[in-house]
Amino acid sequence: MKRLDGRKPDEIRPIVMQAGVLKRAKGSAIVKLGRTTAIAGVYGPRKLHSKHQQDSNKAILKVTYNMVPFSTDERVRPGPSRRSTEISKVIREALESAICLEEFPKAVIEVQIDILQAEASTRVAALNAASIALADAGIPMKDLVSSCTAGKIEDTYILDVAGKEEDVTFCDLPVAYMPREKKITLLQMDGDLPVKDVKNVIQLAIKGCETLYERQKQALKEKWVGDLEDTAKALGLSNISGGKD
Amino acid sequence: MILRNQYLVDIALTGKRLDERKADEFRKIIIEKSPLEKPEGSALVKIGTTQVMAGVKLDVKEPFPDAQNEGILMVGAELSPLASPEFERGPPTEDAIELARVVDRTIRESHAIDLEKLCITEGEKVWMVNVDLHILDNGGNLVDASCLAATAALMNAKLPKYEDGKVVWGEKTNKKVPLVCKPLTVTHVKIGQNLFADPTEDEESVATAKVMIGTKDDGNICAMQKGGGDGFTFQELEKIFEKSVELGKQLRKQL
Amino acid sequence: MTEENQTEVEVKKQEKDPKLLKQDHDFVVPGDKIVTSIEYLPGRNCFRDGESVYSKRLGIVSVENHVLSVVPLAGVYNPMMGDMIIGEVEDVHTSGWFINIDTPNSAYLPLSGVRGFIRSGTDLAKIYNVGDLIYAKVISCTRQGISVSMQDPRARKLFGGKVLNISPVKVPRLIGRQGSMISLIKRKTGCNVIVGQNGVVWIQGEKDTLVTEVVNKIDREAHIEGLTDRVEKFLEANLPKGFVPKEEPKNEFDAPSEGNYENKGDDSDAY
Repeated sequence: MKRLDGRKPDEIRPIVMQAGVLKRAKGSAIVKLGRTTAIAGVYGPRKLHSKHQQDSNKAILKVTYNMVPFSTDERVRPGPSRRSTEISKVIREALESAICLEEFPKAVIEVQIDILQAEASTRVAALNAASIALADAGIPMKDLVSSCTAGKIEDTYILDVAGKEEDVTFCDLPVAYMPREKKITLLQMDGDLPVKDVKNVIQLAIKGCETLYERQKQALKEKWVGDLEDTAKALGLSNISGGKD
Repeated sequence: MILRNQYLVDIALTGKRLDERKADEFRKIIIEKSPLEKPEGSALVKIGTTQVMAGVKLDVKEPFPDAQNEGILMVGAELSPLASPEFERGPPTEDAIELARVVDRTIRESHAIDLEKLCITEGEKVWMVNVDLHILDNGGNLVDASCLAATAALMNAKLPKYEDGKVVWGEKTNKKVPLVCKPLTVTHVKIGQNLFADPTEDEESVATAKVMIGTKDDGNICAMQKGGGDGFTFQELEKIFEKSVELGKQLRKQL
Repeated sequence: MTEENQTEVEVKKQEKDPKLLKQDHDFVVPGDKIVTSIEYLPGRNCFRDGESVYSKRLGIVSVENHVLSVVPLAGVYNPMMGDMIIGEVEDVHTSGWFINIDTPNSAYLPLSGVRGFIRSGTDLAKIYNVGDLIYAKVISCTRQGISVSMQDPRARKLFGGKVLNISPVKVPRLIGRQGSMISLIKRKTGCNVIVGQNGVVWIQGEKDTLVTEVVNKIDREAHIEGLTDRVEKFLEANLPKGFVPKEEPKNEFDAPSEGNYENKGDDSDAY
């Protein structure tokens, strides 16, 4: 079956992932899934000024998901909405178990995500960007978190629901996945499907996550190894020496 | 309170529960239908010590431009400070928003309300169904109690009289809100490697992850939401789906 | 980050173990599996899950005698007991000072951590005031907090000078093996340079602009081989011909310039 935009059922839209795109943030990343564009920046771990929010055992994670006013056809009213508050919460909970928060008691790690352009699956793009940005900031993590949506149109399971498909799909099911621990850390669903189909859709989404996971690793490698190699080349050398001279 | 947490985790790890329920057993559910007169529909649901009051208010509004011939559904939730020392007055918190949106999604995606039947004049006047959830006592598992309350309140909601382009408050007609199915959610939490349905507040406080599954009468899933920092494996989810559908059927009988 | 890195023990080039999924010097991201074998132990920035050892930081793998660790390429300063750090006094309390050392939580310098006698009722701001820069030693770091002390021959208050911030993970390269790199810079330029393990660098002297350039160069090129040679060439190329420092820079280990707080001034003005 060909999809509305010509993709194969298990094909993700063109993916662009780039780490370290901002200078001031400790870590950052931009992720594009088709036209959907998310940019994430990480600050911290740093001091949490409000005492009553502190946790003496671990750092707290703050995630802000925000749609930029010009990101959709109809202008989005700036500021938090019910939708963005909920998405911020589920993204935070998807990332929490991957980060070694216990290493920074009383501190805060902040993840700021802006959706620059929205065309379906913004939370998924946001989550992928946040995960790269956290690793880019040198924050200790047990795993990267990857995220992808899947759905079902008529008899076909489709990966990365986008554009007009959103109106005809039987369900829209975003999943975040930690590939190493094989754990699903974000799971939402809008739709109406029998249990059997839901299971198949989740499994397809996990497959999508695994594809995106490789791309996330590649994005980080491109930035860090690429940077080192470029500097080395400029100096007429070819070797990276790691910690030792 | 503080010392009990570790104890709770310890017994949860052995697969037992403090109130000696089975892992897939709900607490006692009491549904009081139409306890209030002012709202068009209402219900008080108690699951164990949790108490949620749902009220349905109807009003006539202009339809949304992208759905000219459909009524409007709105779900709101308030975590009243009398329900828990942790709740405060003020703008809705993250938890309240999530609660309302999960219930909203369950009802909306199950197409339980035939919104087209709520149209009075296409493009001009439609009924707007406002479901407000008021949490009175937090004993855990607010989502299931809220969804149960919302469905129960919708089931007995009657349209008010509508005359000469105006709603006549206080005079209810015999026309019911067109409900085609009874959507419900079932919540499971994960403590250690064990899964428990219908968690109490204490169990929720030590749980590492939580998942709410919205189901319909035909056993289909219509909404899902994962909460909490930890994740679930696919095998765990398979088990949860099966249990949720089964528990959903049991709950539906009580409506 | 202290002794192990400062002295940087000479490591023999090891035979590549085919069991290792990531070899020495390979780039890893969090969650990358390095090996599945119980013969290897997880070291810094690594963790074990089942039989496998994984990385938890973005960095470069280091294999030393069956201990796997990851040299991070980014991240905040992780204080270790014994580290010498540069901090800024942030707040003065009745029994000590809070010092900003660029960690998530401020360090504490208790009265007992100061040399000399302090009479009761002393205004502590006269000893160290908000904004003062100090070179101090980390004496304890627990989950409850970080304590620093001035009870070390190297510790001192820093007057004047220029302050630079580099990535804390690059500090071992700026210091060099047994302090070789930093001595080279000091010797050639005649500047006083103090490097805090927390990535704060203090520079004082005529050629401080040149030192700034060198420090930034090291920050940038830390993980590329032949660093010392390049720095030496860079310094030679940028210093005026026949430049001889006016005076030998002070050794870090020199006695501090601050005196004893006892017998200073009259009673009303005493610390």
